[in-house]
Amino acid sequence: MELLITVIKIVAVMGVMLGCVAYVVLLERRLSAAIQNRIGPNRVGWQGLLQPIADVVKLIMKEDIVPTKANRFLHDLAPLISIGVAMTTFAIIPFGNRISLFGYDIKLQIADVNIGILYILALTSLGVYGLTLSGWSSNSKYPLLGCIRSSAQMISYELSMGVSIIGIIMMTESLKLDKIVEMQAGWHWNIILQPIGFITFLVASFAETNRLPFDLPEAEPELVAGFHTEYSGMKFGLFYLAEYSNMFVASALITTLYLGGWQVPFVHSLGLSDFWISIVQVFGFFVKIVLMVAFFIIIRWTIPRFRYDQLMNLGWKFMLPIAILNVLITGLVILLI
Amino acid sequence: MLVDYIPIGIMIVFGVAFGVFMSKASEWLGPKNPNDVKQSIYESGMEPVRSARERMSIKYYMVAMLFIIFDIEVVFLYPWAVNFKQLGMFGLIEMFIFIVILMLGFVYVWKKGALKWD
Repeated sequence: MELLITVIKIVAVMGVMLGCVAYVVLLERRLSAAIQNRIGPNRVGWQGLLQPIADVVKLIMKEDIVPTKANRFLHDLAPLISIGVAMTTFAIIPFGNRISLFGYDIKLQIADVNIGILYILALTSLGVYGLTLSGWSSNSKYPLLGCIRSSAQMISYELSMGVSIIGIIMMTESLKLDKIVEMQAGWHWNIILQPIGFITFLVASFAETNRLPFDLPEAEPELVAGFHTEYSGMKFGLFYLAEYSNMFVASALITTLYLGGWQVPFVHSLGLSDFWISIVQVFGFFVKIVLMVAFFIIIRWTIPRFRYDQLMNLGWKFMLPIAILNVLITGLVILLI
Repeated sequence: MLVDYIPIGIMIVFGVAFGVFMSKASEWLGPKNPNDVKQSIYESGMEPVRSARERMSIKYYMVAMLFIIFDIEVVFLYPWAVNFKQLGMFGLIEMFIFIVILMLGFVYVWKKGALKWD
């Protein structure tokens, strides 16, 4: 029975996530259009709401071109790694409190593993493989440049990402994400207690998801399309999906770690039953993610791309020392106050 | 303990299965008329020159090596952070000394120009 509940949870989460990711793409296109004073896709369905479906059908009906010089096996494998990792990261993020449904007490988190945050760091490292293999296996120059750049960029920012979380772990004394969320009940959100950590983590997640101020791996003016130049059809679509799923998961992670997760501060004063409180909390979590995703998109269309040396300087010479300083300051503050 | 990881295993299977299904769907449903020009690699419309598997800038290797060194330090910080409140001031001073030594190495790497990109 437990296994069945788990499978239902997984299917539900993946379904919601894929649906959301498809509509995040539409949201990005409409928002960017609004920012650039265009109209954007509004023909397929009401206000373009069926556009994601049309996009997927179009991508599936396209010819799947594999260059003769490419390494066929790795070329096929790379998008699978990207999408697999992007979808699996959500497994340990708690998206709500316990809820009782049909007599079962269900925890709204797919896997409650005790290594928590380490699992997320491990999967972000695995995500590098998807990009690197795609670039290398294409046996083409632009993808190769893109993939080397992306692996150097992602491992550089993973350091500051890892260090900036440590402040939170010191306060919570646990790696489990549900403990971290419980700590943030009411208004004790970590963004207030850990402002420096929040900023470094935010910047690092932009770099990890290859979003615009840091999208050097696919810098269009220099590298055509970066690591996925030689991909077409739905394999290209999978990279696209993986990029947006990563953005979605990164938003969920920022929400969980810094913005209170599923905690809605005033929910207990509304006089609702336990069941509805849980529903409101899940909904609150979702709203926070969507706002975060919108923030990602607005940043993309506001800030121009960094040069590669600026990117590396920012990562190594600025973010890493600041993040380490944050750990020491947090330690002093916890012990002295 | 290991039971906790079963959902993650299921999720990996589902995620990869979704990827396989989508990329195979594209192979089955899409048109197939390959020719030499279409299947050559993209090089701004030119005939591809030489192989792409060549030597590249040493800086990327430097970054990779530095990453491994510093990432191990970060992994050391995690167990310390989990037990931080029990260790108290003693733990903080110990970690301060550890970080100072680490930062000395960092400053050395910086001054040596390993982080210089131009």
